[in-house]
Amino acid sequence: MDPLILLLFIFTLAIFLGFELISRVPSQLHTPLMSGSNAISGITIVGAIAATGAGATLFAQILGFLALVFASINVVGGYLVTDRMLGMFKKKGGKK
Amino acid sequence: MSGLTSLFYIVASILFIFGIKMLGSAETARRGNFLSSLGMLVAIVAVLLSSGMSYTWIMVGLVLGGSLGAFSARKVEMTGMPELVALFNGFGGLSSLLVAWAEEVQPAGANPIFTDSVIFAALVIGGVTFTGSLVAYGKLSGKLDGKPLLFPNQKAINVAVAALLLLLGVAYALQSGFSLPAFYLIVLLALALGVLGVLPIGGGDMPVAIALLNSFSGIAACAAGFVILNNVLIVAGAMVGASGLILTIIMCKAMNRTLGDVLFGGFGAESAGGGAEAEGEMKPITADDAYYILEAASQVIFVPGYGMAVAQAQHAVKELAALLEENGCEVSFAIHPVAGRMPGHMNVLLAEADVPYEQLAEMDDVNPLMSNTDVAVVIGANDVVNPAALEDESSPIYGMPIINVHQARTTFVLKRGQGKGFSGLVNPLFTRANTRMLYGDAKETITSLVGQFKGS
Repeated sequence: MDPLILLLFIFTLAIFLGFELISRVPSQLHTPLMSGSNAISGITIVGAIAATGAGATLFAQILGFLALVFASINVVGGYLVTDRMLGMFKKKGGKK
Repeated sequence: MSGLTSLFYIVASILFIFGIKMLGSAETARRGNFLSSLGMLVAIVAVLLSSGMSYTWIMVGLVLGGSLGAFSARKVEMTGMPELVALFNGFGGLSSLLVAWAEEVQPAGANPIFTDSVIFAALVIGGVTFTGSLVAYGKLSGKLDGKPLLFPNQKAINVAVAALLLLLGVAYALQSGFSLPAFYLIVLLALALGVLGVLPIGGGDMPVAIALLNSFSGIAACAAGFVILNNVLIVAGAMVGASGLILTIIMCKAMNRTLGDVLFGGFGAESAGGGAEAEGEMKPITADDAYYILEAASQVIFVPGYGMAVAQAQHAVKELAALLEENGCEVSFAIHPVAGRMPGHMNVLLAEADVPYEQLAEMDDVNPLMSNTDVAVVIGANDVVNPAALEDESSPIYGMPIINVHQARTTFVLKRGQGKGFSGLVNPLFTRANTRMLYGDAKETITSLVGQFKGS
């Protein structure tokens, strides 16, 4: 199969999977869900690393490096902030 | 892509799937977030292991970005959460844009149409996500005016920019010898479109805008994945795009509005005169008198809104709630899905203040109980308790589900002044016979009530 078609295939399935996974979320979790999935969208860090480490030209590497810095902020910050929020939710649940 | 790398990517994708799934339930959410971060780590290790890498700048970038992210995540106040999430989101979009750009400057000769199309998509969606999130950040943090910013021919200009972008995109994909200035024009127009798109969105509509931008950042990562033919980017990005879209739809439903209304409506600015004028006068009450009513109440419902976040009153509110409970009163918090400036905003603040989860109630559960409620205390909320949404067909928010505080025996409204709310709509609740206005800073008002309870 054409690799592009394969990727489109994966893409389509992933979209449906995303809809199925988050069909009903309690409103209390809306913020953590958003900030947690936001951290996942930082997956573009993988492309940034590839461009930084193996970019064909210096300019490509510079662009990759910038992408890497921003993606790292998104990934690390996103996961930590989500964890902090969920920590507060948990503490409360255990109390009463 | 080597076989080992692909295997790693599969593992990462599975971890993301479980992570997102578990984020949807309160008991497992924290573990889900951890699993998904583990997935991210696996994906990063996988790409680091691929051959031909020079690591110096990768490490510098990871450490620099990682420590900046960690620092801001640790430091942020819970009240500053919406703008921080918006900022992170924008950085993700920018990163996808840059990854696509880095691919475009490879001297590999002409790209196939498909590659050019997805580069274009990543540039545009990433660019819109970036500047759109920055404007959202500005509005949420108060650095920009939160009101919808409208100017003449706004819709026409936005449509023109979008059409020009599309035209350039088609030219870019079809033409092999595409000129660089035109490429930069695409990037510039995408960045401009993000600004133009979010400027007319008012503060009350921010939860929708934030959820949508979140979805965009996923789609941008997904497009970047098509550019560099990387399946883990496509899978993770598509799932984030889909879940963000669901959240957007939930937010729109909670306001009884379509996505189109939110994006193009400039709500509140053009409709400020809409709806009937309220009759009667607002009846102010002092904290002393409010105390006597609360002291005698056996059922109290708090309805928090953005004003509680602004005044940072959540801890004082929690204290008052605890004192009321000690006094034998039944206390609950009614939370409207779009109260505040991001989805679930009030839940985060009340969780920070240690309000027990059992006391938080959703709108649909609390409305039937309203007529048995002695006092409903509205703290800095406005549109989500505006009875015009139920009764006045000419009101711009007619049809939006609200928390029916006007059915409570007494309603206290904590409000900074007599002016109209954020949306500029008249709220007939304020002049109802059973409504009493408590003017002033919400935190000070609540603190003085707490003082009275303690003094008694």
